[in-house]
Amino acid sequence: MQFKSQAVAKPYFIAAIGLFVGQILFGLILGLQYVLGDFLFPAIPFNVARMVHTNLLIVWLLFGFMGGAYYMIPEESETELFSPKLALAMFWIFLVAGALTIVGYLAVPYATLAELTGNNILETMGREFLEQPLPTKLGIVVVALAFLFNITLTVLKGKKTSISIVLLLGLWGLAVFFLFSFYNPVNVVLDKFFWWWTVHLWVEGVWELILGSFLAFVLIKTTGVDREVIEKWLYVIVTLTLITGIIGTGHHYFWIGTPEYWQWWGSIFSALEPIPFFAMTVFAFNMVNRRRREHPNKAAVLWALGTGVMAFLGAGVWGFLHTLAPVNYYTHGTQITAAHGHMAFYGAYAMVNLMMISYAMPILRGRAANSNKSQVLEMWSFWLMTVAIVFITLFLTAAGILQVWLQRVSDAPLPFMVAQDKIALFYWMREWAGVAFLIGLIVYIASFFVGGDEKEAA
Amino acid sequence: MINTQAVPAPETPSGRRLPGDLAIWFFILAEMLAFAVFFAAYAFARAKNVEMFNTYQHTLDRNLGALNTFLLITGSWFVVLAVQAAHKDNRPAIARNLLLGWLCGGGFLVVKVIEYAAKFGAGISMSTNTFYMFYISLTFFHFMHVILGMVILTILWVQARKGVYGSHDAHGLESGAAYWHMVDLLWIVLFPLVYVMR
Repeated sequence: MQFKSQAVAKPYFIAAIGLFVGQILFGLILGLQYVLGDFLFPAIPFNVARMVHTNLLIVWLLFGFMGGAYYMIPEESETELFSPKLALAMFWIFLVAGALTIVGYLAVPYATLAELTGNNILETMGREFLEQPLPTKLGIVVVALAFLFNITLTVLKGKKTSISIVLLLGLWGLAVFFLFSFYNPVNVVLDKFFWWWTVHLWVEGVWELILGSFLAFVLIKTTGVDREVIEKWLYVIVTLTLITGIIGTGHHYFWIGTPEYWQWWGSIFSALEPIPFFAMTVFAFNMVNRRRREHPNKAAVLWALGTGVMAFLGAGVWGFLHTLAPVNYYTHGTQITAAHGHMAFYGAYAMVNLMMISYAMPILRGRAANSNKSQVLEMWSFWLMTVAIVFITLFLTAAGILQVWLQRVSDAPLPFMVAQDKIALFYWMREWAGVAFLIGLIVYIASFFVGGDEKEAA
Repeated sequence: MINTQAVPAPETPSGRRLPGDLAIWFFILAEMLAFAVFFAAYAFARAKNVEMFNTYQHTLDRNLGALNTFLLITGSWFVVLAVQAAHKDNRPAIARNLLLGWLCGGGFLVVKVIEYAAKFGAGISMSTNTFYMFYISLTFFHFMHVILGMVILTILWVQARKGVYGSHDAHGLESGAAYWHMVDLLWIVLFPLVYVMR
């Protein structure tokens, strides 16, 4: 690696992968609970398993983003990280806080956890994805601020490239919008309204900037295409993301008690949200086709192309499926949403982190790229996980279409649980696809331990 | 696919070149697509309730709308003159025409605020009915684009006064001018659609 301080990224990447494994294990538990309702009850009830599954996802992605930023920023700024010690300290604080939170979820009932952690001082708990106890939320703010302080000062003392500016914009946005998790008005409409400012403006706003910036960085490194060309693409993608994503928040405001015009605003702007994702796919393929060198790390290039395609399909196409108000009237809160969520998160954010790890880890371990044998294994894991997520998405989509039909559209609508029983076959198939995903993940981890003819450090 | 530097784009076989940067054209196309979807939604909603749309369309001030059309077209004309002045290396005329274009934009905003004041003063809001929802949304989005266009014209004006543009380099000027013409073009569709067509 070019700068010694980039090494702080390594523990972040390792923790990210560890938490990823946890997320998938809980996903499998959850998937089974869909069909065997009392599986692991009362030790791990459905709501707890779900909370752990989604919270682990968010936390491992954040670890990945931080690791990626710590790796990328010194190289972009052409200077050592402002404080590697602070970065390592924050790593341990974040890891311990995260682990304690998960232990809290699993060890005591959620209401008790709320009582123990001072939820009565400031009531922030009990909302989907933002279930973390108050001390954890405060911890996230402290870690995020220290992280941003570290990264920002590094950029300020070094070279300022477009790629690092876009990353900073994304990361600062991430921190600012998280603050809405502390705002929990009594009025449930306002509560939901601002809840989306964290949830939507993260995944369909500022996180996309992080994604674009990481993708641009890895493409510059692996293709050798001129920085100017790549930066111009990045600007176009950022603009498209913000034009469509910000007002696109309106697609969550259809049925929560907000004025009717949100049905128009939300439909129109979110219908355009696939465009930035499409641009990213075209960007990735275009740059790889115009490459000026053959980078020895083929696996990283595969992840870069994969994230473009899968983010477009998962976030773009599967998002568009149910984003128009007249369609969403029937589909909201069904398995269609779950199908979209799985492919979008994997395609956009899991894959971009895996891309960054794939590119950076060999260098952090003192070589330009892993051995052929190791890369072949990693590519196998790419295909196993990606094909598995495609099937998970397809099965959930089928389940969702049936659910919408049986429960909402038909002349004699069935009650929720009766409809669930009728679509159990698809939940079983989804569970098996989930097992395939876990196998892919195990193969991925195994690829780190395969030696062979490693490529010389660049 | 995208130009990398501030050099004139390569000539196409017909000998014509794309003025401005290809990136700004992507941006313009994305903006126009957003408006196109909005216009289509308007048409769709109107088709389902023609009478209501016609009734409330009568309450709009077409004279102010026409005045604004005149202001924007004139503004675009000045910006065209600025670009031509750059190609002829007539430096003072570049800044002067950009300023005149900017003033036309400012005039548009003043007229629009007068129009809004009358409507909002009468208690009309986006929740009044679907027609007003579209009227306010479309004109407000366009209003914000005029402001952005004026910010761009301001930057061009500052650069022009520094003597950045000339026949050797009109790349940035052309890019900004293209954006300003888009703002104008959108209004030329919006005005008849929302104010005039029955």
